[in-house]
Amino acid sequence: MKRLVMLCMVVMGFMSVKAQNTGYRLGDLAADFKLKNVNEKMVSLTDYKDTKGYIVVFTCNTCPVSRAYEDRVEALNKMFAPKGYPVVAINTNDPVASPGDSFDKMQERAKSKKFTFAYLEDPNHVYTKKYGANKTPHVFVLQKTAKGNEVAYIGAIDNDQEMENSGRDNYVQNAVNQLLKGEKPTVGFTKAIGCSIKWKKEASK
Amino acid sequence: MKKILVTLLLLISCVGLKAQVKLLTLNELEQRVTKGKDTTYVVNFWATWCGPCVEELPYFEQLNAEKSKSPIKVLLISMDFKSKIKEAVIPFVVKNKLKSEVFVASTSNQQAFIDGVDKKWSGALPATIFINTQKNIREFYEKEFTYAELAAHTKRISNL
Repeated sequence: MKRLVMLCMVVMGFMSVKAQNTGYRLGDLAADFKLKNVNEKMVSLTDYKDTKGYIVVFTCNTCPVSRAYEDRVEALNKMFAPKGYPVVAINTNDPVASPGDSFDKMQERAKSKKFTFAYLEDPNHVYTKKYGANKTPHVFVLQKTAKGNEVAYIGAIDNDQEMENSGRDNYVQNAVNQLLKGEKPTVGFTKAIGCSIKWKKEASK
Repeated sequence: MKKILVTLLLLISCVGLKAQVKLLTLNELEQRVTKGKDTTYVVNFWATWCGPCVEELPYFEQLNAEKSKSPIKVLLISMDFKSKIKEAVIPFVVKNKLKSEVFVASTSNQQAFIDGVDKKWSGALPATIFINTQKNIREFYEKEFTYAELAAHTKRISNL
């Protein structure tokens, strides 16, 4: 019996390691957090009233791809916060590994770009790892359900980083619009080129 | 006569500079690999704005130089925006005197490009694929390399 328990524990240990590496998949329930916003206030998903879900964007100050998308992230918030899907942005990067991503610089960026969404720091990459964000920008659309915040879309904002394609697929917009209609997003998972996360030194070794 | 020579040389060097960075589709990459003279290809996906990529580029350069007599070839595929070729990629190649073949990925569908290189690729940079066309080996890594790791992988995959 003791052996069986040990075996179970070992197996579960492996499973949790695996889950940590891969992060969330579609249908998983996403963890809430309590992280510091650029206005010095702590923000959790539960703080938002009357929401139907959230557009969680893992991003940063310094990545050229993230910067190319800043205005589009702002537009997503303007478009969907009134409909119940606010944008919540989380900076993935360690401020020592990437000085341009310090809390001060985040505040500066949010001010100069007039972000209307929360822009949170994630010390020690706790939620970056938990969600499984592996690059910036990396979006997780969550849908509020009776069970919790269910991951309904993972991936890129659209398929047109340089805004050169008139036939752009606005992945996040499409996914949220479908969720608002009570449908499941047709495209739930996409990929795009992004910047690697600037991990804290000892964590990467 | 001397003037003509100088002009000619200048022209050649200009053409040379210009030829250093070409756009490359996924299909063209496959062609370059399957129809090339070499048997082992070390294809690195990078960008001028990607810090860890820029850090490991010298190792790829070193590998390419050391293996110039073997059928081993390094291809450097930049994922920079196409609009940045003249402004960022070419100046970077010139400044760092890159000798390996440098391309900029050309695609209207980035996801198809990423999946076409390897399904395991999340899209994060840097990424590298080792290909042995004779043995039909393709090994993909989404990580940074040290020179020692790079040389060891190449040795194993090329068997040279």
